[in-house]
Amino acid sequence: MEQTMHPLGDQALIIDFGDRIDEETNYEVRKVASHLDREKPDWMVEYIPAFTTVTIFYDPFYIANHISKANQLPYDWVQEEMRHMLSELKDHGQTSRSIDIPVCYGGELGPDLPYVAKRNNMTEEEVIATHMEGEYLVYMIGFAPGFPYIGGMDKKIATPRRDDPRLTIPAGSVGIAGEQTGVYPIETPGGWQLIGRTPVKLFDPKKETPSLLQAGDRIRFTRINAEDYKEMKEDEE
Amino acid sequence: MISVLKAGLMTTIQDQGRYGNQKNGVIASGAMDQDSHRIANQLVGNTTNVPTMEITLMGPVLEFQQDTCIAICGGHLTPMIDGEPVSMWKPVYIKKGTELRFGQPKSGFRSYLAIAGGFEVPTVMGSASTYIRAGIGGYKGRPLEKGDTLTIGRQSEDSQYLMKKLTPSDPKERLREAPWFVDSSFTDYIGAKHPIRVMPGREYDLFETQSQYDFFHTPYTIDSKSDRMGYRLTGSTLKLKEKKDILSEAVAFGTVQVPPEGNPILLLADRQTTGGYPKIGQVASVDLPRIAQMRPGESLTFEQISHDAAQRLLLHHETKLKQLQRGIKTKYL
Repeated sequence: MEQTMHPLGDQALIIDFGDRIDEETNYEVRKVASHLDREKPDWMVEYIPAFTTVTIFYDPFYIANHISKANQLPYDWVQEEMRHMLSELKDHGQTSRSIDIPVCYGGELGPDLPYVAKRNNMTEEEVIATHMEGEYLVYMIGFAPGFPYIGGMDKKIATPRRDDPRLTIPAGSVGIAGEQTGVYPIETPGGWQLIGRTPVKLFDPKKETPSLLQAGDRIRFTRINAEDYKEMKEDEE
Repeated sequence: MISVLKAGLMTTIQDQGRYGNQKNGVIASGAMDQDSHRIANQLVGNTTNVPTMEITLMGPVLEFQQDTCIAICGGHLTPMIDGEPVSMWKPVYIKKGTELRFGQPKSGFRSYLAIAGGFEVPTVMGSASTYIRAGIGGYKGRPLEKGDTLTIGRQSEDSQYLMKKLTPSDPKERLREAPWFVDSSFTDYIGAKHPIRVMPGREYDLFETQSQYDFFHTPYTIDSKSDRMGYRLTGSTLKLKEKKDILSEAVAFGTVQVPPEGNPILLLADRQTTGGYPKIGQVASVDLPRIAQMRPGESLTFEQISHDAAQRLLLHHETKLKQLQRGIKTKYL
């Protein structure tokens, strides 16, 4: 797949695979990400994958003093290095993890479910069924610790954001904003239409991998009732 | 041990930042003014990533429960020990029982207090930096409060040498300043008025020609709704040639992004990991410490710099800081 490279300031380089949000493009992003995970280059600080880009943060001083040719600027060296990496990049057949996210739909935990149903001329049960049937892919994590950008929601239940954003949305809230669905890992303000809540912690700083989800994960929403929610919530605490 | 008698406006523990987990959406945080943080550490014999105290505009009142060595760098917030002004940008030996407080802010916005051995706080995902919104890092994941007690970490060999060298011969002396300080070429960025150097951002060409011009030629004021996450700037509003959806991707310390209403936001230490607004510019890394020392209400202008020039400046700056580090070492060996 064709790609371009661009600087993000004087300490980072963006590899860009185009402007299409689709699985094929995101697969290229993940190929680069898993290569960097395996290689852990000593000149790299870290990388951030997104829908169609991987941004690589590097240590310019280390590169200038230990690796690059005299007078070669760090960015130029990283660009060469990344071109070489991309030309030799092997497809290791990235496998996706499958993760179930249990959701208690509607009621107090999903106060906007009636609105989402009414707006799309559906019953609440139909909205829930449609939301559960979706085949979802986590394209990227960003915005907030552990926040997944999820693709794959059926447009039949698309609903614009609320006109008056809530000042606090509790952690675990499952919502719809336009054609996207998402889960809030931490309490934040926001304008999403809330249709339910999961008792599962999406972000736990005490864990070695603090984010439950990673780019490339497949997720499925499963349904639980209010009692299950309470029980699972207590187990998580 | 150090007791916090008064917390100050916004006092947090910070280091060089939480890197390696941004791919999981974990915010980097870290000291806003990395140069002052680093020099303060070097002055007391710490390595550069040892946690320091970031002090904002109105400083705390601290009582030291043991003999130690401190250095205060960054904005001049009128530090005083036992009521007497104390010098910045140099190591200072202080006796058990002394009190450090801050007076009227003179210049800059943030001071960094380093202590020989560092502030001992648990590291979270490899960093001691406080990220308040998620309640992680630093002292209990929050700014310091009255009544908190901080523990001092183990001193390096360099710190021990320094302590020995600065210990007053007269036991009645409560404090002793080193007879030297950091050269003014490292400190005069605070309060400097020349324009902030910015590289055109990835979406610069998508902005109207007038907006491109205005961005680099008209002043912007730092709005009062600014914090460690970002400075909101008011001034000439910036417009895209045509409405375009930008896909979310990584942003960095110093990214200038423009939401649809047209007022730019300069992203700082507590920035989100990714953003979906068009990026009109990226502040050259060497000028980030100057940004961190600007106060809400202050105005600034941007000046265009090439990507190559920004890289060269950064390499030169880093070389200078490394030389400073060696220079400091020779003072106490």
